Amino acid sequence: MDAILQPFEQFFGPAWPAVWTLVKIVLILAPLMLAVAYLTYAERKVIAYMHVRLGPNRVGPLGLLQPIADGIKLMLKEVIIPSGANKALFIFAPILSMAPALAVWAAIPFADGWVLANIDAGLLYVLAIGSMGVYGIIIAGWASNSKYAFLGSMRSAAQMVSYEIAMGFGLLSVIMVSQSLNLSDIVRQQGTGWFADKGLGFLSWNWLPLLPMMLVYFISGVAETQRAPFDVVEGESEIVAGHMIEYSGMTFALFFLAEYANMILISTLASIMFLGGWLSPVGFLPDGFFWLALKIAFFLFVYLWIRATFPRYRYDQIMRLGWKVFVPLTLVWVLVVGVWMMSPWNIWK
Amino acid sequence: MDFKTFVFYFLSAILLFAAVRVITARNPVHAVLYLVLSFFTAGGLWLLLHAEFLAIMLVLVYIGAVMVLFLFVVMMLDINLERLRQGFWSNLWVGLPVAVLMVAEMALVLTGRYFGAEALPTPPPQPADYSNTKELGRIIYTDYVYPFELASVILLVAIIAAVALTLRRRKDTKYTDPSKQIAVKRNERVRMVSMPAEKE
Repeated sequence: MDAILQPFEQFFGPAWPAVWTLVKIVLILAPLMLAVAYLTYAERKVIAYMHVRLGPNRVGPLGLLQPIADGIKLMLKEVIIPSGANKALFIFAPILSMAPALAVWAAIPFADGWVLANIDAGLLYVLAIGSMGVYGIIIAGWASNSKYAFLGSMRSAAQMVSYEIAMGFGLLSVIMVSQSLNLSDIVRQQGTGWFADKGLGFLSWNWLPLLPMMLVYFISGVAETQRAPFDVVEGESEIVAGHMIEYSGMTFALFFLAEYANMILISTLASIMFLGGWLSPVGFLPDGFFWLALKIAFFLFVYLWIRATFPRYRYDQIMRLGWKVFVPLTLVWVLVVGVWMMSPWNIWK
Repeated sequence: MDFKTFVFYFLSAILLFAAVRVITARNPVHAVLYLVLSFFTAGGLWLLLHAEFLAIMLVLVYIGAVMVLFLFVVMMLDINLERLRQGFWSNLWVGLPVAVLMVAEMALVLTGRYFGAEALPTPPPQPADYSNTKELGRIIYTDYVYPFELASVILLVAIIAAVALTLRRRKDTKYTDPSKQIAVKRNERVRMVSMPAEKE
């Protein structure tokens, strides 16, 4: 690898670190955008088969070019700015929801050593930047100067702030057992343990001892990305499309892309925290990015599965689930893990 | 000027601009957004001082939660700017001495012996595996454990007080117990009636 890069390094000279970082960013974001595009296709196909329909099958073989066609359509459409809108913030809102959704990927490890920025407090960075995504939605609702959009953004602000707490506490027990905030270290820690030594690595991952936290984290993640059954923010039947109602063309597409990028992010984080990231489930198979991709695909499938299965929650039920069920549960579980780690039966030494 | 100094001046310029705009912006929503920007750049400045945990916490707590609620409230208010500006000149005679006093205090502290640039030099660079979070935790839970516990108790009292102040039970609220809703059996809601088909 170094031998291949050597001539480029000489060519760019002192600018090389900046150029190389840019190349790495493109190497992360280009596949991510492709994954987002085909996640929309997968969603339509999976839900269609669950409904015993065919789904998109007109554009290209098996409808495989459908996301490309959708992308071109959205890019060519006119961006309409309502006359009563706050123009600067109206344009700024979709950018503000897209930028954090992309910036968080800097700290995500894809395989051992495959990480753009190996931040010591990587998990905190991901949570902090991820929590900024809500601004795009709130500002969109306010700047649109529309009642439906405003209602949507109110709902989203309350929902995202509530579920962030449950999510943070859910991850706290992972931090406790791995004694680190670095995402790579969290994965490496899951590769050690009694079962991992016996060649059954998948039983050493965090999902087994922290199963309730994995469920809380993933359900909070679904609420955080505002997907069904927690999609009251869009709530087509009540407030049409919430904060996105006044947006058209590419500005709408940015919200859409951000939502799907966040879905992939939550799935990736769940895989890293609870399913051992890039680690192979059994001893005789090599570790690698392939396993992480498989785990992400599993969580994404669960996302779509949930959407095709459950009806939408009522708003007060969402708040009850977040504050009265998840927050107490995670608080108690933090205590349980703390006592467990201090007891002689501590399995994370 | 090396790169780090450039970053410092760049972030400071943004921070000052945003801070000034917080008090000069006409629209309160814009003011809140400028406050968010100034918090974010302040986080960047803290990163330059090797305080990565505090910097990320600033973003996570203030931008991720506190300012969201701020924005939430400000967006719903219908603020009349004319009435806000009415008392500007009469209040200036109180506000100006307070502002001057604060600037003087800041100047005294910042130029003093204990807080000057010589007294608090830039922290020495740490090795790559140095964990800022771990060091902070070690200090908080050993040297400063009593002040820390005291602060947490005060916060707990504040939380309970806030809940107690805003909790009011309205008599006309409709409330259904979710556990009762879930425990409902079919027979409690549907009555099957068997009746013969009617023929004409």
